[in-house]
Amino acid sequence: MNTTEAPPLTRKDFQSDQEVRWCPGCGDYAILSAVQQVFPELGIPREKFVIVSGIGCSSRFPYYMNTYGFHSIHGRAPAVATGIKMTRPDLDVWVVTGDGDALSIGGNHLIHTLRRNVNLKILLFNNRVYGLTKGQYSPTSELGKRTKSTPHGSVDFPFNPLNIAIGAGATFVARSVDIFMPHLKAVLKRAAAHKGSAFVEVMQNCNIYNDKAFAALTDKTGRQQNGLYLEHGKPLVFGDNKDKGLRFTGTDFEVIELGNGKSEDDCLVWDEEHANPSLAFQMASISTGDGLGDFPVPLGVLRAVDAPTYDAGVIDQIDELTTTRPQTLDQLIHGTDTWTVDAGGNVHRGAN
Amino acid sequence: MTLPIAGQTDAGKAAEATVSDVVIRFAGDSGDGMQLTGTQFTNTSALIGNDLSTLPDFPAEIRAPAGTLAGVSGFQVRIADHDIHTPGDAPDVLIAMNPAALKANMRDLKDNGVIIVNTDEFTPRNLKRAGYEANPLEDDSLNAFRLYQVALTTMTRRALEESELDVRSKDRCKNFLALGMVYWLFSRPLESTIDWLRVKFKRRPEIAEANVKVMKAGWNFCDITDAFQVRYDVEPAKLEPGTYRSIHGNSALAIGLVAASRRSGLPLFLGAYPITPASDVLHELATYKHFGVTTYQAEDEIAAVCAAIGASFGGNLGVSCSSGPGIALKAEGINLAVMVELPLVICDIQRGGPSTGLPTKTEQADLLQVMFGRNNESPVPVIAASSPANCFDTALEAVRMATAYMTPVILLSDGYIANGAEPWRIPQVEELPDLRVNFHQNAEGFMPYMRDEQTLARPWAIPGTPGLEHRIGGLEKEDVTGNVNYEPENHDHMVRLRAEKVARIVNDIPELEVEGPQSGKLLVLGWGSTLGAITGAVNQARADGLTVSRAHLWHINPFPRNLGDVLERFERVLVPEMNLGQLALLLRARYLKDIETYSKVEGKPFTRDEILHRIERMTGESNQR
Repeated sequence: MNTTEAPPLTRKDFQSDQEVRWCPGCGDYAILSAVQQVFPELGIPREKFVIVSGIGCSSRFPYYMNTYGFHSIHGRAPAVATGIKMTRPDLDVWVVTGDGDALSIGGNHLIHTLRRNVNLKILLFNNRVYGLTKGQYSPTSELGKRTKSTPHGSVDFPFNPLNIAIGAGATFVARSVDIFMPHLKAVLKRAAAHKGSAFVEVMQNCNIYNDKAFAALTDKTGRQQNGLYLEHGKPLVFGDNKDKGLRFTGTDFEVIELGNGKSEDDCLVWDEEHANPSLAFQMASISTGDGLGDFPVPLGVLRAVDAPTYDAGVIDQIDELTTTRPQTLDQLIHGTDTWTVDAGGNVHRGAN
Repeated sequence: MTLPIAGQTDAGKAAEATVSDVVIRFAGDSGDGMQLTGTQFTNTSALIGNDLSTLPDFPAEIRAPAGTLAGVSGFQVRIADHDIHTPGDAPDVLIAMNPAALKANMRDLKDNGVIIVNTDEFTPRNLKRAGYEANPLEDDSLNAFRLYQVALTTMTRRALEESELDVRSKDRCKNFLALGMVYWLFSRPLESTIDWLRVKFKRRPEIAEANVKVMKAGWNFCDITDAFQVRYDVEPAKLEPGTYRSIHGNSALAIGLVAASRRSGLPLFLGAYPITPASDVLHELATYKHFGVTTYQAEDEIAAVCAAIGASFGGNLGVSCSSGPGIALKAEGINLAVMVELPLVICDIQRGGPSTGLPTKTEQADLLQVMFGRNNESPVPVIAASSPANCFDTALEAVRMATAYMTPVILLSDGYIANGAEPWRIPQVEELPDLRVNFHQNAEGFMPYMRDEQTLARPWAIPGTPGLEHRIGGLEKEDVTGNVNYEPENHDHMVRLRAEKVARIVNDIPELEVEGPQSGKLLVLGWGSTLGAITGAVNQARADGLTVSRAHLWHINPFPRNLGDVLERFERVLVPEMNLGQLALLLRARYLKDIETYSKVEGKPFTRDEILHRIERMTGESNQR
């Protein structure tokens, strides 16, 4: 190193000059703050970050980050981001999306991006409602939910975003909560370090249209009682005093009370690297995420496996063929079969 | 002209006749290899130096039920010793591999034309499938033609008696027997097709050799029997000196995009979703990775265009290619590119519609879609290719406009020129336009929506450039800063600014050239793939003593600066279009000039004679006034 080190980046370096216009009390503020705290710690120059979003409250995110940013169209952020990453592998590309943007209008792009394992980080802010269009139910809204578009209660079955991601073959799947700052930052760092599509669901409170949707998980008692903090290689224990655990019966998860002859040894040891995604799928399925069911809400990394990325595969082919099959533009234009007409009007096969 | 029946005769040999122009149509089941056979005949003729033009015509079904009219696939090629503009109105020669191919095509054939049929296929079952009540080979229904009955399948099997191929594989060679016969009939050498077969089937030499053997058998059959009384030759065309190749429109488009990438220094990114008749552009560009080309077969049309926009944001040459139904899906993405002012080229290879319509047939009815088929005020430059080879230049010009003005550009082609071929005089690379672009580098005073005074283009500042971090998006932008802005005056200003930017392209595009008298009674004005038929018709009309002028639009948005003047100089303006008058609508609205539309929406191009007759009628009417 012979150049003078640039001063380390700080949170402030990632704050844009634009006034943040989310509703006061919106969970998005906390997520923005977490991202602005994590980015300077990643060791990546600011100009190498690109944040791509679709449409919705969450998708205003790029305007508030002093990086390159692209506020695209509804549901299409993964497609725009794929085009960026395929052609600019040097960039660190993040997608910010919401439950309507990613799972409804943009469902197709999300699953195919995850299937391809494009090296993108995808943050899905799940508030289980359409906020920007002022309060309709979303594809993650619970059955029976009364909204402007479902005045008699929703009869529309919701998605579990984690299961969509795992089912689509995502190589990194995690979940955190807007206001669980240390946990959220840790999950974001894990996502940033993953090579391939990293899918992070962030439970996010919409205090205007769906307030307290995750209160059973996020209130003071809920955090410990209803949060299951997954850690690779650690047994699945939870509860106020780590007094509960999850056992795997072979077909299902089961909550056990620890003590009385049952210990951590009876709990499943979490393996986020398990090759078969079905265990992660089953883990994601134990809770709808609101903390109201019989099971705790899994948080942290559900799945993290190594796999080749699509963008690298594409670039490798181009690099290899550029080396092994050099051809000039002139050769390309000529093709294989040419004929030449000379000044006298005579025709012969081939070029001059 | 029809083929002469008599010619110079040597004792014991077929008579020989030189003709200046011939139209041949190969027709068979969609599995009979007619496209391939026709392409080989075309390439061989190209290498001889004929001018040529082709018209493939195939069904949308990959394999419609064998022997049915729905499954007939045709390939028409016209070769000439002079400059031609169309694949010919009516064939002189029809090769019909089965009864359905005969039935579907004989009504197009010239009187006294040559028909070569494969008699092996004229079984009661196949006749019934084709809807024949009686065998046309046995009644007098073909009396107006010169009918040659050949047992192609039997002869093919016989020629391959010693081959170890199974019968099915042997039978698949029968198109090469027909090709060998047609090569003999038109005095073509076999070498280039033999070369091609040996390269194509490098890994299966037994297939290559079987086809070579069968093709030679077809040739020899004609040479040693007196099957044909006359043998023809078409001499080389007096083309401008230079090196030529035969080229399809989609191929010229793909190569043109690579050339534009090289000349601009921008890596090419194609986002596409398979759709007829545009898929060949994706296929071909996928083989040009060694030119740094990235091809992306996206999950849908929307992702294809959005990924191309992402690639452009990152500093690539973003391109998306589709046909009408796909362009409809891309509309929102194109509008995003309008708003964020990034270069992007959208190729629309038009086909028959609406909806799924006629996937394999041609039409020019997407013009108003690409002009106006997006929400709100969405100005996009539009340029239309007029011939297969012209797709190359059009690709370069589309890229020039897109990068110079930081705008999406729509390039129109259609199924006719996409799949049609013609000789192309290969340009010198150094003569191609210089399309170099400069990414913005200077952070001092940078604003994402500051503009070039002349072009109104905003700077192209790509991610990774220190100090130029900025945000773009679909929300309305404040002029200069690019910040989100909802102020009424700003919006009004920006709407007008975006329109003005596209309008200013008029300053560096060529004026419309009128061919023929510069003013007068009748101008035939065309755009896109009608060029050949219009040129042929106007030339013929003049040869017949009529006074008529011709002009052809390349740039459609903006129109060339002098278009209004040109229209004013003529009493009547005829616009032949493969739609119900879309260009005419634009011209009337813009210039308040009455335009006479000649519409044809049959899924096939105008013939020269159709336009000629219209010209004759109009000039006749003028003379009576």
